Parts: sequence; C-alpha cells; structure tokens
Amino acid sequence: MKLEEKLFLDRYVVDEDNPHLKIKDPELCQKCEKKQCLYACPAGVYTWDGKQITVAYADCLECGTCRIVCREHDNIDWKYPRGGYGVSFKFG
Amino acid sequence: MKERFDVIVVGAGPAGLAAAYTTAKAGLKTIIFERGEFPGSKNMFGGVLFAHSLSEMFPDFWEEAPLERALVEERYWLLSEDSATTFSFKTKSFGQPPYNGFSVLRAKFDRWFAGKAVEAGALLVNETLVEKLIQKDGKTIGVQTGREDGDVYGDVVIVAEGVNSLLTKELGIHEEWRGNEVGVGVKELISLPKETIQERFNLEGNEGIAMRILGTTRGMTGGAFLYTNKASVSIGVACMVEDVSNECVCPNDLIDDLKNHPMVKPLIAGGSTKEYSAHMIPEAGFRSIPELVHDGLMIVGDAAMLTILITGEGANLAVTSGRLAGEAAVKAKENGDFSANGLSSYKEAMDESYVIKDLKQFKDFAGYFHSNRDILNLYPSLLNGIVKQVIATDGLPRSEKIERAKAMLKEKKSYWQLMKEAWHGWRSIR
Repeated sequence: MKLEEKLFLDRYVVDEDNPHLKIKDPELCQKCEKKQCLYACPAGVYTWDGKQITVAYADCLECGTCRIVCREHDNIDWKYPRGGYGVSFKFG
Repeated sequence: MKERFDVIVVGAGPAGLAAAYTTAKAGLKTIIFERGEFPGSKNMFGGVLFAHSLSEMFPDFWEEAPLERALVEERYWLLSEDSATTFSFKTKSFGQPPYNGFSVLRAKFDRWFAGKAVEAGALLVNETLVEKLIQKDGKTIGVQTGREDGDVYGDVVIVAEGVNSLLTKELGIHEEWRGNEVGVGVKELISLPKETIQERFNLEGNEGIAMRILGTTRGMTGGAFLYTNKASVSIGVACMVEDVSNECVCPNDLIDDLKNHPMVKPLIAGGSTKEYSAHMIPEAGFRSIPELVHDGLMIVGDAAMLTILITGEGANLAVTSGRLAGEAAVKAKENGDFSANGLSSYKEAMDESYVIKDLKQFKDFAGYFHSNRDILNLYPSLLNGIVKQVIATDGLPRSEKIERAKAMLKEKKSYWQLMKEAWHGWRSIR
C-alpha cells in the first residue's frame, strides 16, 4: 500500500491558502546536505524538485518530527493548524 | 471572552482532562481548550491504557468507558529475517476487574473522558488553538487563543499540549527537543473480523493481547507493536528521531517492513487499513523533564516528557500527573496562592508517586538502549540463530550442536563482552 493511499484514508480539514508549515529561508535548504525532512516525515510532506523544497502541508499528520530533524538549521516555521483544521482522527 | 477562570487547561488529552475533571469537581471554574474538532480527534498513541491511574478517579470505569479489549497477554517477539523467539506472559486474571490494561482508541476514549470533565462542570471549547501563554511580571496569567478577542485569563494555566510543547518552549522553560530525546511513532489501524482476531491470537470474549516486537527497525533504536482491538489491530513502529534522521529512513517504510515480515503478515492477512497516523513520543525520560511548576503554570503529561520506554507507559502517567496538578490547583485556590510556591504540592506529590519514582529508576535505560547498537542490530538475529541451531534435529549429536551454538556466540561476542553488556543493562534499570 502506497503512502498516498494511506493518507487518502485519513480525514483532513484543509485550511486553504493558510499553510501551517513554512520554510523560513529556502536558500538555506540548498546548503543543507542531507535534507532529512525529505525522509523523516511520516507523511512525505516535503519533496525536493532539484531547486527547492515543496511543502504539502495539507497531508501533515502534525507529529512535529520535521521540526526536530531540522533543529540544527531551525528552518521550518512549524505551527499547529488553526483550531478545527488539519488532520482529524476517527480512531486515533 | 472577558470571563475569568480559576483554571485554564490547554489540551483535552488524558493529562489535561484528568486535571480539568479534578478541579471542576472541586468546584473550581475550569475551562479546557482543545484545538481538534473534538477531544481525541488529534490524539494518537500506540494503544494501551493501564487501568490503575484511571480507576483511582473512576472506580469501575470499564463499565462505561469505550474500551477495546482487556489485555491478558504481553508477548515479546525478537525477530530475525525469518524467525521469532518469543517471551510471553498470559493470565486470565488480567481479564477480570480490576484489570491491568486495555487497548484503547483515542478518538472514542478521550471524547468519553472529556464528557466526564464537562459533567463535573468544566467548560470545553473545541476547535480553539492556544497560541501563547500570557505573561505578566514573570507570571502566567492567561492564554491567547486563535479566536477573535480570544484572550482568556485565569489563576493557573495547566499545560497539557502534548509532546511538541510549543508553549513552554516559547517561554524558555525548555529548549527544542533533540533528536535523541524524542521518537517518532507511526501506526495503522487494520480492521479484521472479531472472530478472526480471537482465533489468530488465541483470545476469548473481550480478551486482548499486547505484542512488543524488536528486530524490525533496521538496527535503529526503536521497536514495533501490535495491539488487538475489538474488531481491528493497532500495528506500528516507533524509532528515535535522531536515528531516522541519520539513516534517512521514512517511518512509513518501517511500518511496511513490519507488515511484510513473515511472522507478522499472517496475523494481519485479509485485514484492511482504515487509518494511518503518526505522533512523536517523549523518550528521554527523567533527564528531560522540565521544571513542572512555575508562577501560575503547571505542566502535565507528554508536555512534561512523562513516558517510560521500557514498560510502554505514558497515558497512565499523563492521567496521574493531570490529577495531581488538579489537586494542587485546588489547594492553591484554598490558600489563594497560585505562585510556584503555592502550586508546589504538584511537584511534591509527583516526587512521591510512582511516576517520578519509576522515571528515576529507568533514567539510564533509554541511553543504554541507544548507545548499545548491538541490542537491536545483532542480538535478535544472533539469538534466533542460536536457538535454531540448538532446536533443529538434524542427526548431529547434541554435544556438537551446543559447541556450534557457543561458537556462533563467540564469533560475535566474547563472554567478557557479554557479561559487561548485561551488567550495564542491569545497572541501567536498577
């Protein structure tokens, strides 16, 4: 089962045009050797197109792992989605 | 909202709800803020709630709470590529009151628990994110929410915001967690017919099993689990964030490794995944616990890093810490003193309780586990290899087989090394 299929099972209330995750300084990502956010995120929110990181914040499971793996660069502006938005577990 | 409250609770998980229930029941004006659509909608854990902490608040809670199965067996699996060595303890007595633990689904359970707090008189406000703790002269005096005119003031704020701990970090109470202080857990909820679960896991009626599995994390510090629910299983993996980061592995790949392991696959065959979730886990234990009491502020549950890795405890520590913080708030109200000094009975009660005693007891365990890579890299496969060598009946004399098994061990470890590691392991938990 692909990750996208798993995420499709989850219920999300997406806060359109109001991302709760942002890259603070895209330039800094260019210098980041490992780009751990690309791997460590359980929802695959971060992808690299060869030039910059894209953040699919709508898929976020709100665990916070990306913020920790980027701790050294502190380059992810990580907030919770606004109240009522984001992932909503049916089972949990 | 210009109203004042005695107690403001941030987060409707087990810690926050235990606190809110306690203060509301004592007649304190209590408000709970929850950022999700309803309590539990943002909450995820592996799946086991040990009963004792809740039955102190609600004797016989199992008669009304939405629980999945009463856990009668703890089974430990050490896995190599195609083998499993099992340790297990099972008792029918854990399937009877007062029970030992239950498998639980948080979206149902937390909602029930919140209902109890509301019944006791607490005001629950859903879909509201607390963005900031309001400070005045170094004292917490309220919270700033994401709502319009959303500042709310109170005598004490009980922070139960969970492992991400953004609010207390912003106050400088602790630094951002390091990769070796937290783990990342991923879980799938896989539905299976009730009868199938009972047959596959040898369970009767409402009995359940908790399986803890070592050896499927590609050598990274972590473990896997499988818990039976009524008509589903919760299956997942947790690994230290530092390891996931260094090895560049997606936690989702680890859950797929687990599901495809030849020992695990038949247990979930025919099931269909209904939900995929992820959450961080405080793993560093005692050494990372922040100062629990401040002027007008107490920290409870995951936000205070209260989990014990070795025993798989977390939710029960959250409930107990919440209750004790609630009791401290009641005392502070009686004395009219919500300063750190006035709230200090929370810390004292925690120090006296099993929570801090156990966390202290196991304070070196996570570090031992993390620094000794062989525990997960080598031992599960080595053990399975040796047991296989001894058990296989293949015409070799037993004396020869035992010599071969010894040689397998010695090839990897000298007896001296083994004794040293065992000693350090023992030291880390005593």
